[in-house]
Amino acid sequence: MTLTLGHYLSLGAMLFALSVIGIFLNRKNLIVLLMAIELMLLAVNMNFVAFSHYLGDMHGQVFVFFILTVAAAESAIGLAILVLLFRNMNNINVDELDSLKG
Amino acid sequence: MDVKTGFFYLFSVVLLFASFRVVTARNPVHAVLFLMLAFSQASGLWLLLQAEFLAMVLVLVYLGAVMVLFLFVVMMLDLNLDTLRQGFWKHFPLAASLGALIALEMAAVLMSGFRTSEAPKVAAVVGQIGPQISNSKALGILLYTEYLMPIQVAAAILLVAMIAAIALTLRQRKDSKAISASEQVHVRASDRLVVLKMDAVKVGEAPKAPEEPADADAPKETKS
Repeated sequence: MTLTLGHYLSLGAMLFALSVIGIFLNRKNLIVLLMAIELMLLAVNMNFVAFSHYLGDMHGQVFVFFILTVAAAESAIGLAILVLLFRNMNNINVDELDSLKG
Repeated sequence: MDVKTGFFYLFSVVLLFASFRVVTARNPVHAVLFLMLAFSQASGLWLLLQAEFLAMVLVLVYLGAVMVLFLFVVMMLDLNLDTLRQGFWKHFPLAASLGALIALEMAAVLMSGFRTSEAPKVAAVVGQIGPQISNSKALGILLYTEYLMPIQVAAAILLVAMIAAIALTLRQRKDSKAISASEQVHVRASDRLVVLKMDAVKVGEAPKAPEEPADADAPKETKS
């Protein structure tokens, strides 16, 4: 039994589903929400790398490179906003973030 | 089942366990540490896929920089763990059924559709450049020729993110004794020094009663 593309894609799907569960469960904790988003990006990157390997196309890995860049920028700004939020509201409860009345 | 398949299952099981613990761990510090474990397993899987450069970037950038940033933020915030866990298990049945549905559907479609896909012997794009070339070199050739403009944009995005993160968290402390350099440079002598006019006094003659005796003692007075 050799490894096929389906193995890696299924692993990516399971990882993505686990992060969706995490977003559902941690409704009060913004830090774990950010971590679940990182896991989702990892699942997407896993699919990109798997396709890149099995189709023999290096452009997929270039895309992973750019996704990693954007994810690093996103987590840096997200954590800065988190620190700012904690300074102002003294908790990081997502349900209380309703000051915009959206 | 060869060695590669065994390693795939080992990495996958540890990766899925670690990511499950990330979303269910009680302590956020434990969640960050399990996330580090998950990323290290993912880099092992990418090594199996012969994406060596990206696996190393994942270890260096994610395990080395981003996770340490997360760890610092988690440790700096004084979180109340009990209020964070309120309603945690209330959403669990819905979340678990949705997650199982997503995973099963996608796995069913993907395993039936891509089960027969085998890796080509020589990668298509790499084959144009030359067969004897490392993954890092192939990626570098692509990045610095075809993707030169996007990589500049990525650098600009990182710069903007850095400036934004610093600007968001920068604040003036109320109890700091900071000096204003601009105010110091633009100060004039008349702002600090007051010159008072005094009548001349002859020696041996008693001075007439001065209007302001207090100022006679200190002709030059500096404002604080």
